[in-house]
Amino acid sequence: MDPILLRRLNAERRARRAVIHVTELEGGRDRIVREGDTVAGPLGSAIDAAFLSGKSGLVEAEGRHFFLNVHLPPARIVVIGAVHISQALAVVAKVSGYDLSVIDPRTAFATEERFAGVDLVADWPEDVLKVRPLDRYTALVAVTHDPKIDDFPLRQALESGCFYVGALGSRKTHARRMERLLAAGVPQAMLERISAPIGLDIGAASPAEIAVAIMAEIIQAFRRRNLRAEERP
Amino acid sequence: MGDGFETLDPLMVAERWMDEGRDVAIATVMETWGSAPRPTGSHLVIDGEGNFHGSVSGGCVEGAVITEALDAIVSGEPKMLEFGVADETAWRVGLSCGGRIRVYVEPLG
Repeated sequence: MDPILLRRLNAERRARRAVIHVTELEGGRDRIVREGDTVAGPLGSAIDAAFLSGKSGLVEAEGRHFFLNVHLPPARIVVIGAVHISQALAVVAKVSGYDLSVIDPRTAFATEERFAGVDLVADWPEDVLKVRPLDRYTALVAVTHDPKIDDFPLRQALESGCFYVGALGSRKTHARRMERLLAAGVPQAMLERISAPIGLDIGAASPAEIAVAIMAEIIQAFRRRNLRAEERP
Repeated sequence: MGDGFETLDPLMVAERWMDEGRDVAIATVMETWGSAPRPTGSHLVIDGEGNFHGSVSGGCVEGAVITEALDAIVSGEPKMLEFGVADETAWRVGLSCGGRIRVYVEPLG
């Protein structure tokens, strides 16, 4: 591998951009292709398919052999609400290998003391998401119960194609939320992507147990999404 | 990105080693059959002193890959290696899991 290419590859990965490192086996020449770049011919088709599936592998194109190493951004979790469940979720996410950030404009909740060592932003989601946009490799978890705080990021998450969108609240709370978002112009089909009640149904009762249920649902959403992608032609 | 990304990701480690002026080789799992321990695309990075980071198997063939990587650093040429089931007659080293893997070893630069 070329040293300049390694630097570029790592820079793309740090910036959470999906890239494929393409190595031609005959001769060892290599290059980097970013998601959305146009590559002509059968190799281009194989590259497009690899971005979709996230699977690395050898491909043959026009009599030449290439290795496509797919680097998709690692999944991360953005939590709206610096509540008790979020404290536990921060711990569970860490051991599960997912990055996590917490956003909450209520400074009484969003304190360093309650979230030591956690990436915490005490500001409105409207402002934070402008500089730290959501993407397809992000899970959005809204747990404040407060429409003023939760609704905007929920809508952003659906429109950004976040692989998981979950919202805390009783069935009644969620029904009202659906009505509000529908009235605000979010399509019904999109709204149905919201996981509510949040978390896998494991009978979770305590904040820590609910955090485990949410984490399990996020893992399921991420892994199943990849499996489905692999089945694409 | 979490803290672990910069410190534990093999390609990040390779870049850091390069910046420190160390010779580096990168080994990549390019193909797997059966129950291979590490997925395609996994990296093991090796420096000229034989220090290594990452993995291409469950520890079964890393020793052999490191030896080949040191050769690649000296020769400057990439090489494709293949490892299968541990078998005294066919393989010097092998995978006890019953899988087979192909590992590409290339010098950086």
